[in-house]
Amino acid sequence: MIEIALFAELAAPGQIVPAEPFPNGISRYAIGGLLVGLGAVVIYLGTGIAAGASTFLESTLSYVSDQSRFKQYRASRDWRIVFTLGIILGAAVYAVFWQGGTWTTDVQPWRLLLGGVLVGIGTRVGKGCTSGHGVCGVGSASKTSIVGVITFLTVAIVTAQIVQAVGVSP
Amino acid sequence: MTRNRHPLFMPLILVGGLIFGFGLAYSHMARPEVVLDFLQFDDLGLPFVMFGAAIVSGIAFAIMPRIRDSAPLTGDVYRRRLKSFDRNVLIGGGIFGVGWGLSGICPGAAYASLGIGNVAILWALVGMFAGAYLQGVWRSKRAAADSSPASAD
Repeated sequence: MIEIALFAELAAPGQIVPAEPFPNGISRYAIGGLLVGLGAVVIYLGTGIAAGASTFLESTLSYVSDQSRFKQYRASRDWRIVFTLGIILGAAVYAVFWQGGTWTTDVQPWRLLLGGVLVGIGTRVGKGCTSGHGVCGVGSASKTSIVGVITFLTVAIVTAQIVQAVGVSP
Repeated sequence: MTRNRHPLFMPLILVGGLIFGFGLAYSHMARPEVVLDFLQFDDLGLPFVMFGAAIVSGIAFAIMPRIRDSAPLTGDVYRRRLKSFDRNVLIGGGIFGVGWGLSGICPGAAYASLGIGNVAILWALVGMFAGAYLQGVWRSKRAAADSSPASAD
């Protein structure tokens, strides 16, 4: 049953182009994206740094672990904490003034935890994440980043389709 | 870069992070459900976020090296973000893809998610640090083995 449902899900042409491709409109995505880019540009203009968000994981671990792998990030670990605090605070400003309060996900904890472990391994082995490769790397027309984005986007779509097909929700 | 930093270095990083995080929250990428909706083809908005951001940053990466030699706060030369390609890009990208598709969460969006009050995201953040630590231990050991002259193979 699961295999049939999976096949039907992947094969259904209606799934590729949904009846309503943008049920929430486009502006929130486009404006949000322009602001994400602007944030990266502000840092780049002042410092020359093309920032990504996933290096923070390793650079912060260098405070508590003396593994040789993390030592290379000691020079950047302090500003990466400031960058991450900025991301949290910026999102909090949105939550207070636009969202009108807090919001909590219904996605199950095991999915967040297991997904997080794989994201932690994968972004570090793969040299970047959706911001490093996806925003700064693609913006730099880096072939490595374009290949990286195509890889994780394709695998993520297949994974999410399988998760949906086997009935895991939310 | 570490020593004698310009006094505006950290404030600028903070302002950049604020705009970056506000943008992630505004675009709803801080909600795993919205990312999963894209990956399951129920709402195709996500590419507007990623490519919209890439176009904005791309303009800066293309223009700045032509009009200035170095950044005012660091003296660093303006460069594009170029990383060397090897099979790790594919292996890591594949592992990240499974994690992203399973959870709907990536690093920057996870930090922003904490900012919008999504305490459940701490599961993902704990997972990310654990994953980054595991690969760090493994790669540190491998690097030590590779550089050890006494290594048998």
